Amino acid sequence: MDEPQIFARLTKIFEDVFDEDSIKLTPELSAKDVDGWDSLTHIRLILTIEKAFKIKFSTSEIGKLSNVGDLVALIRLRS
Amino acid sequence: MNALYTELQWLPRVPQEFSARLKALGDLAGSLGSEVQALALPALDLNQLTKLAKAMDKARAEGKLLTPLTPFRLAVLSNSTIDLIVPALVASAARHGIALEVIQPTYDQVVQEALTPDSKVNSSKPDAVLFALDYRALPLKPSLGDAEASSATVQGVIGYLHMLRDGIQSHTNAVCIFQTFAPPVETLLGSLDRALPGTLRSLIDGINRELTEFVLGSGDVLLDVAGLAETVGLADWHNLQLWNLGKFSFSDELIPFYADHVARTLAAIRGKSRKALILDLDNTVWGGVIGDDGLEGIQIAQGDARGEAHLAVQRLALDLRQRGIVLAVCSKNTDEVAREPFEKHPEMLLKLDHIAVFQANWSDKATNIQAIGEELSLGLDAMVFLDDNPVERGLVRKLLPQVAVPELPEEPAYYARTLAAGGYFEATAFAMEDIKRAGFYQDNAKRANLQKQVGGVADYLASLDMTITFQPFDATGRARIVQLINKSNQYNLTTRRYTNPEVAAAEADPSVFTLQVRLSDVFGDNGMISVIICRPMQPDVWGIDTWLMSCRVLGRKVEQMVLREILRHARAVGVQRLVASYFPTDRNKLVVDHYGKLGFTKILEEASGATHWEFSLDGTEPDPVPMNIIRIGFPNP
Repeated sequence: MDEPQIFARLTKIFEDVFDEDSIKLTPELSAKDVDGWDSLTHIRLILTIEKAFKIKFSTSEIGKLSNVGDLVALIRLRS
Repeated sequence: MNALYTELQWLPRVPQEFSARLKALGDLAGSLGSEVQALALPALDLNQLTKLAKAMDKARAEGKLLTPLTPFRLAVLSNSTIDLIVPALVASAARHGIALEVIQPTYDQVVQEALTPDSKVNSSKPDAVLFALDYRALPLKPSLGDAEASSATVQGVIGYLHMLRDGIQSHTNAVCIFQTFAPPVETLLGSLDRALPGTLRSLIDGINRELTEFVLGSGDVLLDVAGLAETVGLADWHNLQLWNLGKFSFSDELIPFYADHVARTLAAIRGKSRKALILDLDNTVWGGVIGDDGLEGIQIAQGDARGEAHLAVQRLALDLRQRGIVLAVCSKNTDEVAREPFEKHPEMLLKLDHIAVFQANWSDKATNIQAIGEELSLGLDAMVFLDDNPVERGLVRKLLPQVAVPELPEEPAYYARTLAAGGYFEATAFAMEDIKRAGFYQDNAKRANLQKQVGGVADYLASLDMTITFQPFDATGRARIVQLINKSNQYNLTTRRYTNPEVAAAEADPSVFTLQVRLSDVFGDNGMISVIICRPMQPDVWGIDTWLMSCRVLGRKVEQMVLREILRHARAVGVQRLVASYFPTDRNKLVVDHYGKLGFTKILEEASGATHWEFSLDGTEPDPVPMNIIRIGFPNP
């Protein structure tokens, strides 16, 4: 799966998890930029991504994610 | 994981327009309850449940009403993170007709919250408290091979749970809901862990056994989480990574499953469990089409794989009937043809005797289900309709959204399991009378027939040779009293719901007059059929707080006899006047003129339709009805 495809699917997942249609995903986007991206929603986001892409992240990988760019890189590595 | 349970496969799939309808919710005028319930009905995943709960919170904050959903305040005490679960509970409760508000104290403050009189939980006056504890919350000291020490550990844990319960009960009237504990997967010695005293597995087995016994005896409510975990498998239940990440006590994928079980338990507490199972016949109760394949062609024999699948449906239906669920048939068939297997096929477990109403004709199934409801005096929201045909399921869901219609898988072997997984008949207590209930409804059909044959109603009533038994509330009757108070919708003047502790309080209060009424007749014992609570208003005035009756004795003039009994006791303590109210709901139109018919005078009618009545004790009391009267247990007979 290439990067644009991953971004397209992630956009749908973000809309679903944050209940918000207007999130513009960029590699730099991080928790401080999105209303409601707290630690709990972060877990829900990760769980939804794992399910959608049929992959599993390790605990340390989840801890290291700092923005959408990291997330996309990790998904590419795994899928 | 097994998709039946992770994806709630007995529920319809989420429709395309879910998001659009959710967004439009805020723009709807009037009360949102019905639309919210419709949105909650399909198999929502965790994100969808969360979004629906958020929309409900928003609607509430804007002052919108969620009627006709029943309000319920649930406090959740937990040693784990429940923040992902709470929105799922709210949305799942809407699926079961409940407008749930969750009181969630600070993380891991279980003991403080239960024992402190003015804690967040105790001061919020919850209807119920859910102890959502997992085994990691318990003081478990492994004591390998030491039976005495392990028994002390088990007793210590039970004592701890007792203490929590006593804390809540001394400060609130809340029902306590206890969860059994899902043991961890990991063993120490292997298989021996189950047998050896003091291993984690054997300690948790012991705790679960003691806990279930204590809940059965105390009138609290049980949520068998250990059973849920067994159903899906312990290895899938316990997600260790999630526990480490944020103290989530079980897998996120099972949150919708767990939340639906909490919701059906709350619905059962509020008397919303279903009471009747309506069965399609062709390809549901047997394999094949009786009209086409004939008696020899349908598949229902033992030893035939397809036939055994349908026999399993019959066996489940029969078992449900034995615990009090009424069975009916709704089939597109010629009546005689449809009855033939019941009468002549030797392998059929279900017989015509088991079926209270048999509707086989060529009219649409929605019309027939309505007719079944009328015949049984049961509301559509008391019905479950089982049909292999997705078109029929869709039609009934569309025309009669109150009827529960489980989705069925392609494979008939899983029909029975899917029906059971839906939990439509959840019970929080068991009264011996439940066992007889299916028979009661069937006797009613016989009585209705008799009524048609006998000329006048009075003659009919006299021919029934009725015996009515009056008793004040007592411990023996309490489970059934609580059940009637929480289940009766139609013949219920005030629809006040009381918990077991509240009923016990009324029982113990000498100033409160209570009545449990039983009725038997020539067809058998109807069991407890009416419940009355009168509370003193002024020294010489009683207010009728609760008057309800089971609909299966409608038209027997029981209410006249009950009023005569109330008057008798009121007079004995010098009461001059009874005051009473009728509060309308969408289910109790039946009794709008109950007090008028009994000779009460209307003193006030509110815009809401609520009416207030009074009865002076020197007025005319209703005529007696030919019944034998038995009185038991009154202090002044």
